[in-house]
Amino acid sequence: MAQDSSENVIDQPEVMKPRMVTIEIAGKKVDVPEGITVVRAMWYAGIDVVRGVGCLGGFCGACATYYRTKDDPKVKTCLACQMAVQDGMSFTMMPPFPARKATYEIQKLQDPKQDLFNLYPEAPLCRNCNACTEACPQKIDVREGVWKAVFGDFKSVSEMFMDCVMCGMCTPVCIADIAPNLVALYVSRAQGAHFSEKPVGLDERIKEIQDGRYAEDWNKVLGMNEKELADYCATVK
Amino acid sequence: MDIHALQQIVHETRDARRKQTIPKFSSADRDQLIHKYHPDFRASAYRPIRFGPNEGEKTVVELATLLEGDSSIHDQTDLTPHYTTDVLVIGGGGAGCAAALHAHGTGAKTILATKLRLGDSNSVMAQGGMQISVAPEDSPVTHFIDTLKGGHMENDHDLLKVMVEEGPSIAKWLIELGVLFDRQADGNLHVKKGGGSSKPRLLTCSDYTGLEIMRVLKDEVINQKIHLLEFAAAIELLSDDSGACTGAIFKDLDNQRHIVVAAKSVILATGGIGRLHIQGFPTSNHYGATGDGLCLSYRIGAKLAHIDTFQYHPSGAVYPEQLIGALVTEGIRSEGGHLVNAKGERFVNELDTRDVVSSSIIRECEEGRGIRTMSGRVGVWLDTPLLDAEHGPGTVEKHFPAMMMQFERFGIDISKDPVLIYPTLHYQNGGVKIDTNSETNIKNLFVAGEASGGLHGRNRLMGNSLLDLMVFGKRSGLIAAGRVTTMKQGKLTLRHLDRFRTEAKNHGNASGVISPMVLPAYTRKV
Repeated sequence: MAQDSSENVIDQPEVMKPRMVTIEIAGKKVDVPEGITVVRAMWYAGIDVVRGVGCLGGFCGACATYYRTKDDPKVKTCLACQMAVQDGMSFTMMPPFPARKATYEIQKLQDPKQDLFNLYPEAPLCRNCNACTEACPQKIDVREGVWKAVFGDFKSVSEMFMDCVMCGMCTPVCIADIAPNLVALYVSRAQGAHFSEKPVGLDERIKEIQDGRYAEDWNKVLGMNEKELADYCATVK
Repeated sequence: MDIHALQQIVHETRDARRKQTIPKFSSADRDQLIHKYHPDFRASAYRPIRFGPNEGEKTVVELATLLEGDSSIHDQTDLTPHYTTDVLVIGGGGAGCAAALHAHGTGAKTILATKLRLGDSNSVMAQGGMQISVAPEDSPVTHFIDTLKGGHMENDHDLLKVMVEEGPSIAKWLIELGVLFDRQADGNLHVKKGGGSSKPRLLTCSDYTGLEIMRVLKDEVINQKIHLLEFAAAIELLSDDSGACTGAIFKDLDNQRHIVVAAKSVILATGGIGRLHIQGFPTSNHYGATGDGLCLSYRIGAKLAHIDTFQYHPSGAVYPEQLIGALVTEGIRSEGGHLVNAKGERFVNELDTRDVVSSSIIRECEEGRGIRTMSGRVGVWLDTPLLDAEHGPGTVEKHFPAMMMQFERFGIDISKDPVLIYPTLHYQNGGVKIDTNSETNIKNLFVAGEASGGLHGRNRLMGNSLLDLMVFGKRSGLIAAGRVTTMKQGKLTLRHLDRFRTEAKNHGNASGVISPMVLPAYTRKV
């Protein structure tokens, strides 16, 4: 039923008898099977990883990693669970970066667009270097997002940053000490809490439940014996 | 054969398939299919648990072994608390954050401890959405009925009624915190149809629903200055003379030291078991999904429910190798994506419940109608390009940006090429038995979210997990916190462990392993 119950999930690529490649992990050369992910390469090399692994599905941002491919001077960024190793690659995981997160009571904000400048006074100091955009493994136009935030276009920011996994790789590269992902998180929450339409239907449904609008249906359903309930369920399509 | 050559049949048969309707199985056929092909019915993978609250009941060997496992804590361990709190929440996913925020909101002193970072969880990966009956033609009662059908009528009615009725107020709470659910043009919440549901009921944030909710909840936990213990793995609970839960012992994963926390009540929100790889299955679960809460609860005497049933999500990636086990969201099937075998045929109504769809995929593969990759894996096609053909170019990109990006990294454009899938271990249907207060049979021990059991019966319906997390996270947080003013901190003892060890000894010191597992042993030993 499982495709191969004896297989070791991590050493899977060995099933294929793959070519081995030489890579560098934090400056140390190791041989690993070609094509496994960066995080699996670490496990293969015998490295215990506690900090730096989370969902293993590209959503949690725990495994932010810097890497460079053979003979290319450009240091790039990736999520270690979503990047395959190749010969001559070198990489190291990004340590937790001490970015400052502003704290706020989101519902109590009086003027969220103005409050941005109190919470993140560095936000308007962007010097347009674009390093944040280049650092984003999710391909978000981060620099554009910072500018839109500053100009009060919260809706666009919230849409642009829906892909953000909060890996924080935009932060260490910022020469103006902005933490763009945190700015965008504030802006997105403010957009949701203050500038989105109130869903009328939802309030009506909450009131219906409070007023006991479904009491009769509940009595009917919960009063059924097992057989009656099964028969009733079969009629709901 | 090259994977691209094998794909051609999907493109060739697309137009013919679009004209087909595949009826759902009759309930007799459905039962027969599941009994024959669903991994829950593979008898050789199961054994009875030898002792403890569920003695004699069967579960998968991997879990039985851990439940019978010994604690790493010895009798003489120093139990002087490093921290004392009203409410101790263990787990930093959706249920843990919801519990901590609600407990803290009442003014109770709250600690949230998690073995990885705050938010590292399965919750963050939930793509399909969250079931809440907000549409005018829908109702909580219909939600109840759909869930009951999906759960093979074995769901705890009281828990289920609580969940469906509190759903709408949870949506309101999340919106007030700034969660950006998809909307209709009139500002009302947009709802999508999910597998096994009779009405459109899924609230979504494109295919980032879990990520969006978790970004907001994590931010709120930090804003509320809730005391966090990160990289702290719970390795034992504490109890007083009466058997009530009074705290927990953690291992700090950075320095291997113990951290003892005294608490008036403890909420376990430790999630599921995917990383046990039961029956050798790959998993969609996060790194820490090792069932720790089940072991801890079991040792202190809490009863487990439906612990023999697991959910194998129909669509785990089979190709490329790097994505094995990763989820291809159900949303693709909700929007009309077909499942196609090697002969280019559909073989199941794609919107049937997860257990039915998974069983039918396993059937196709076992009967030789699967597609084999060069690495020897087998699966069936999920026709993703069909969505663009059906709803216009750009549909896949617009509705499934997360999915697009995940495959794009490996050079695959899912709007042009179908995806190869096979069931992946996804969810623990059962867990620690709770009542409507989210409390176990052990006083002051609460369990919320995937670690709890009873609510989902024998098969969880898509989209009900996110709601479960929020509703029972909230309830456990409020009820645990509501109690603290009228009670005293109980003594910190390991009485329950003495009892457990005596029982283990009487049964021949069962498994010989230490539990909980904390993290899977992926590091290669040479």
